[in-house]
This record gives sequence, structure tokens and C-alpha cells, in this order.
Amino acid sequence: MTALRDLLRNNARQYGMVMALAIIVILFEILTGGLLLQPLNITNLILQNSYILILAIGMMLVIITGHIDLSVGSVVAFVGAVSAVMLTSWGLPTPVVVVLALGLGALIGAWQGFWIAYVRIPAFIVTLAGMLVFRGATMIVLGGESIGPLPDGLRAIGTGYLPDLTNASVHVLTLVMGIAASAAIVWSQWRSRARGLRYGLPVSSFNLFITKVVATAVVVNVFTLVLALYNGIPIIGVLLIGLIVVFSFTMNSTTAGRHVYAVGGNEKAAMLSGVKTKRTTFWVFVSMGSLSALAGLVFMARLNAATPKAGTMFELDAIAAAFIGGASATGGVGTVIGAVVGAFVMGVMNNGMSLIGLGVDWQQTIKGLVLLAAVAFDIYNKNRIGAGRPLIGLRRTGTPPPEPTGTPATSDTDDTDHPELATPPSRQ
Amino acid sequence: MADTILQMRGISKAFPGVMALENVDLTVTRGEIHALIGENGAGKSTLMKVLSGIYPYGAYGGDILMDGQTRAFRDISDSEAAGIAIIHQELALIPQLSIAENIFLGNERTRRGGVLDWGRTIGEAKHLLDRVGLAEDPTTPVSALGVGHRQLVEIVKALSKDVRLLILDEPTSALNERDSANLLRLLRELNDQGITSILISHKLNEIIQVADAITILRDGRTIETLRPSEGEITEDRIIRGMVGRDLDQRYPEREPDIGEVRFEVRDWTVDHPTQAERRVVDGAGLQVRRGEIVGIAGLMGAGRTEFAMSLFGRSYGRYVSGTLHKDGHRVQLNGVDDAIAAGIAYVPEDRKEQGLILDTDLRRNITLAGLDRVSRRGVINPAREVVAAEELHEQMRVKSRDILQTAGDLSGGNQQKIVLAKWMFTDPELLILDEPTRGIDVGAKYEIYLIIQRLVAQGKSVLFISSELPELLGMCDRVYAMCEGRITGELDREHATQESLMKLMTLTNA
Repeated sequence: MTALRDLLRNNARQYGMVMALAIIVILFEILTGGLLLQPLNITNLILQNSYILILAIGMMLVIITGHIDLSVGSVVAFVGAVSAVMLTSWGLPTPVVVVLALGLGALIGAWQGFWIAYVRIPAFIVTLAGMLVFRGATMIVLGGESIGPLPDGLRAIGTGYLPDLTNASVHVLTLVMGIAASAAIVWSQWRSRARGLRYGLPVSSFNLFITKVVATAVVVNVFTLVLALYNGIPIIGVLLIGLIVVFSFTMNSTTAGRHVYAVGGNEKAAMLSGVKTKRTTFWVFVSMGSLSALAGLVFMARLNAATPKAGTMFELDAIAAAFIGGASATGGVGTVIGAVVGAFVMGVMNNGMSLIGLGVDWQQTIKGLVLLAAVAFDIYNKNRIGAGRPLIGLRRTGTPPPEPTGTPATSDTDDTDHPELATPPSRQ
Repeated sequence: MADTILQMRGISKAFPGVMALENVDLTVTRGEIHALIGENGAGKSTLMKVLSGIYPYGAYGGDILMDGQTRAFRDISDSEAAGIAIIHQELALIPQLSIAENIFLGNERTRRGGVLDWGRTIGEAKHLLDRVGLAEDPTTPVSALGVGHRQLVEIVKALSKDVRLLILDEPTSALNERDSANLLRLLRELNDQGITSILISHKLNEIIQVADAITILRDGRTIETLRPSEGEITEDRIIRGMVGRDLDQRYPEREPDIGEVRFEVRDWTVDHPTQAERRVVDGAGLQVRRGEIVGIAGLMGAGRTEFAMSLFGRSYGRYVSGTLHKDGHRVQLNGVDDAIAAGIAYVPEDRKEQGLILDTDLRRNITLAGLDRVSRRGVINPAREVVAAEELHEQMRVKSRDILQTAGDLSGGNQQKIVLAKWMFTDPELLILDEPTRGIDVGAKYEIYLIIQRLVAQGKSVLFISSELPELLGMCDRVYAMCEGRITGELDREHATQESLMKLMTLTNA
């Protein structure tokens, strides 16, 4: 049980977010009379929220370094506009345009990153300027009009599905991918646990481990099954999973990711520890720029047109997703998975409220309140941990610390391998 | 029985897993200066938070009696109303506002309708400033004052609320000798005006000078209350009470084993980062040998920290000239990563601002400067990281729940051990320590001295910057003195005394 309690204690924030998402899903599932979790609607949810999700991942990194990016909506529009011109007026092939568009995004990110990291102008100002500059540039490029329709090759990014292997009524490839994904998860979890054991680290008990792995596998397969009942996995879904995996891995397991957290947590200390703080900040903005470009392509593909108004307010959705997903306004805190959950909280609410026929007016109001409530809850929780100590402590003063020895031997046979987890002998 | 103003009886206070206070008693006589001392984490600050209502009535066990009556403070304004004022280590003044505005902040002198009465504000402020002997215009902004005068403004602010019991938490830790002496004299004068003080301090010599009573806390318990009137009290006597044993020596014994010159700095010159023409380090040069502890003495502003940081990959100021030689070869360090690669480590002066990421766990703090050691092609091996951090955590004898605890939750001494652990992890050959024992207690200091000695015994070299001369004399094989950015002299262990060093430290270029 100790292991379970530790697990909950160390991940309270993340479980809180996932719980909140689950509650919102269940709420709208009931309110919409079961429409929300229909295979068609789930596929729609992914398609509709794909670009916000992409932006939220980049925004999470920016917020972790202690900055903000207000320009992403304008960059989405600008990259879309330039790409549309390249596709239609210049007649360039789609793959070339995609590469050029991503390069353009990276360049924009580098431009803003330069001012922020090296000249040290506050990101708020630089990206506010960027928001105006790139919105204006969009209108210049488009001449105030929309460009469309676009070639099918590009449209597939936003609306296409993976082809199927057979002609069965369910999408077999999707099911196969689900099984493959769960196998990969089981394998990597198993490896990390084995590594922990090899180094003599405390790991979760075998039963808990199995429960966790099985639960994850079930969730993954149910999800792919639902998708398979409709058109299978959308192309953008594959792209999203790729992004989530790559960015999560980078942030959790690489020195580059650790440096991003360090810069956001305490820039001076990071600098004096040999972290290239300016370079780190610069590259975070380059990644944000590239992701904005990708979001621009996806959005344009979905709309089948580049418009001057594209991407309006996207920055705010992305920022909201990051904060709902557990980012801290002071930097240094947040996870990629958090951004994804945050984006889905926003997405499910948008979708659910539309399904039950609420107008945009009410949707905006409710979303704003949810954002405020999520962050307030987070801060309340943090303070409660601080101030709550005395209350818990007072209860303990009555009965001095006979450490709960629990039920040894019977529960987790695995724990005996790890003396760290055992109750330390009393010193008296 | 003397006239008792405050009695705290059987105070207990627990945090999850820790008893911060256990049955603490404190009795303060009216009109005295009562010193409260103990190691970091002994419970002094917690006790004062209980007294001032920061931990409200009901959140602790035991009774608080003021003037013989039981009190139940729910928050700070309750305790202020009872005449208790607390002055914290970090001053709570607003630099942009004037002295007078700060004094009456939250307690403004107003006319009807909440309009500020400037005449009364400034007049009363003037009167109060006279009372503490601070000859400043009340309309001066606080930002124009030095730290010593700011402290006085804090005291005036307390006086304006008719304080009867003044609590000062480490009031002199940021002050120089003269300001400290002034402050202590003022406390004495306030005593004569009927104000009782509780003084929390690590400076034992000051306490012996001014205190009428000394209560020692250890591990959340009252150990004893000493009264100088009942017999002479020595520093050693107090230390015995604080650590619970005789600390025969404040500095551990060591047989120096000094080898050849490893690092040499020649003609190092640095300018201020933003002010043109302002030379901060001027032609400084020194040598450090294998297995040697070399001190740098100097007053505030002598340029010691600036010199050290500039050596450490030019992390301060604008480099003008100078060379660094390692084992006789010139090395060029253009960034902190170069310095780390060259085997140099710098433990900064301010561990919270420059040393640690307070919101992050100990593991990540420990491995930050040497992540490459636990990663391959930029991918961290989490298990190796934990093992490495665990090992250093144990070696440094850090007191914490585990290595996943947040760095900000640790006491000062333990935070400093984490910063040391971080630099040990990079396996440096030259360790620059900038005020490594500032603000930490006697016991933790001794442990840090032991760690330093263990390092030099392994053949590493240490450059030790400190403002406490006894510490430099106790620890170093050789001491350089700095003044106005120049190295003004060098004394070896036999010849260095406080007087000879002080002479060099004040050798200005007149």
C-alpha cells in the first residue's frame, strides 16, 4: 500500500487532471445522451482539436521556460497563407511545400527566439509584436481574400485516414496498431522496471505493476477499437501520437529536456551549472515556431482554404490548455502529457457544448470559468498541502509515531527485495 | 519572581513526519533582551510563528500567556494588537515608497474619508525616527537607504504600532560590524523605554554581549535557559547546549599534504557588466596547489565573488585581460561548460538564487551540472541518475525524506550540502567555495568543513571565499587578501592573524 500511496502522492497533480478530464467526459456523455463517445464523434474530436493539441505541446515548452507566446495564432495564419500561395500560384508539389512551411515556421521561431533569448526583451512584448506583424503579413500575402480549394495531397493531412488492409467492416490495421502499441508499452514498462531492479531501486510491487500495465493496454485497445468501428485512425492521429511520444521523451529523458526545466526553474542556477540558457530558450521558440507551422498546415487542410482570419485566438486556447494541464505561471513545471490532457479538456467542452446546442457566447463564458477554476484548484491544492500540515500534524501529536507496520509478508512479496521501503528500525 | 511579560507553556507543533516543536517552554521577563538560539531546524522560527499567530490558535498544542492571561491569536493582526511585532530576516519594506509611507503602511494616518494626512504622517515619522536616532528625511525613498538603515525603519514601523514585545529574526546577519553594534545599542535603549525583545541570532558573540537571558532550543525541545547574571557564559558553553555535546574544535584537524601548483591566475582584470569604466577586478593573480585550501579574504565589495565568477567561465562582468593556467598550460574558458570541463566548480554565494532549483527534487538538482555522466548521446539513464544522486545524498549526510523531496523544503545547511553534492558530481579538481557556511548552524558548518577537508585529502584544490576571518584562519593553508579588486597580499598559515588580514583587506590604493 505504501507504494500506491507514494505513487498517488508524487503524481497527485497528474491524476487530478486526468480525473477532471474523465468527469467532463462523463458529464457530457450524459448530457448529450451518449453522442459524445460515438465512434464518429471521437474521430471528430481528434480532427477538430488536432491543431490546438499541436500548439499546446509547443506552448507547454514555452511556458516551462517561463515565457509565453502570443503570436502562434498569427503564425498559423501566415504559414497557411504562404503555403497556399506556394501550392496554388506557384504550383509547387505538396511535400516540398510542407518542408518549406515547416522551415518558415522554424525561421519565425528563430526570429522571435533571438529577441527573447539574446536581446532579452520580454517574450510577452516580442510575441505581441509578432502577433500583429504576422497577422498583417497574412493579409498582405492573401490580399484580404481566401485561397482555396487546395490539392488533395495536402487535404489528406487534415482529413485523411490510414488505408485499410482488408475490406472488413472494422478497420483491421487500426486494431493491429492498437495491439502493437500496447505491446510496445508493456515492453518499455517492463524494461524500465527491470532496470530499476538491476540498480536496486525501489520499484512498484509486482501486482501494482501488472495492474497498471494491463489497465493501460485495455484503454489503448478500447480506444483503437472505437476508432476502427468508424474510419480507422486519421493520419493526423498518427502524427499527434508521434509528436506526443517524441516531445514527452525529450522532456523526460534527455539532457536537452532537463535543461529546459532547469532554465524555467532558476535561470541563474542553470547558467552557473553549465546550461546554455540562451541557446535553450532560443531552441524552445524555434520548436514553437515549427509546431505553429504544422498547426497552420493542418488547419488549412481541414478548412480546405487559407483565410486571413485563420488561427484567431488559437494562442489563447493553447495557453489555456497548458495551464489547465498543470503548467505553472512562474515556469519550471509542466508535462507534455499535461498539455495533451488540457487540450482535450478544452476540446471535449467545445464539442460537448456544441452537441447540446449551447451558443458560442455561452461556450466562451464557460470555458473562461473552467480555466480559472482549474488554475485556482491547483493553487488551492498547493497551499492546502502547506497549510494542511498543522492539521494532520495535530492529530498525530496525540499518538506518537508508532509507524504503521502494516501487513507484512502477506501483501506484496516483492517489497521484501527492497529494504528502502521497509520501516526503519526505531532508534531509541 | 520577576515580572513576566510572556510565557509559552508546553508548545507542540507537528508537521507530517516531523515534530517541529515538542513541549517547548519560554518565559520572557519584562524589559529584557531574550536571545533564542539553536541550530537551523531546531524550531526557533516555528516557535515565533506560533507566537505571532502565523500558525493560528488551534494549530498547535500548549498555551501562550501574555501578562498572565491566556491568548489565542488567530492571525498576525491579533498578535499585533497585543503588542507583538516580528521583524523577519527578509525585510518587508517597499523600496519605491518613502520612509514615512513605509512606517505607516497598513496603519495610515488619515483624515476623514480615508484621505492621507501628510502632515501627521511625516511629523510622526520624524518623531519616531528621532527615537531610534536615524537622521533621515521621512520623505526619502527606502531604496536610497543602506541595509542597516532599512532595519531601523523596520523597527520604527513596529514602534508605530505601540509594540511591547519585539521579535527580531537574525537582524544582524546582513549588517556590517558598525551597523550591528548600532542596532544592538538601540535594542538596549528600547529596553529602557520598556520594550522587551526576543532576538534570534547565530552570532554568539553578539548574544553574549547583549542578552539578559538565553534560551537554547534543540530538535524542537527547550534545552535550557541561561542567565548571565547567574554566572559567566562563554561561547563554548552555548555551543554545548546547541549541539548537545562538547564541540572541542570548531575546525577539524588536518595534516596538509600539499603538492605542486595546479592552477595559476595571472593579471586577471574584469569590468562591471553594465557600468563602463568601472573596474571590478584589477590585475588579480594567485596560485592554488594540489591538496591546498587557499582563502580569499576581503570586505564587502572587494571583488571576491566577481573575481571567482569571472574565472568560472566568465559568468560575471566583461573580461578585460588575464590568463588562467592549469598544470602550467594556459586554458581558455569561454563559458561555464568549458569551466566544468576543465575541472572547475563554483559553489555560489547565494544558494537559493544561484545554486538550486527550489521547485525541483534533490535528484535533479544534484545531477544538473553533470548530466552527461549519466546519459548517453543526450538520453538520460534514469536508474543510473537515481543511483548517483542517492550515493552523493548519503555521502553528504543530507537530512531529507528521500532524493525526490523538493529542494525548497530543506533547511539551509542541507540545501548547501545539496549544492556541494551537485559539484562533487562533476568530479572537479578546483572547487571554488563562495561563503559556503553563510547562514548555517554550527553543526552543519562542521560537517561542511569535513567535506572540504576530505576533498583536499583526495588531492583536489579549494579556493575558499569567506567574510568570517576565524573561519579562514581555521581552515586555510594560505590566505590572499583583496581590496578594491586587487590582491593586496598573501599570508600563510603561520603568519595570518585577524589583525594582519584586516590590515591587508583595508589597504586601499590611496
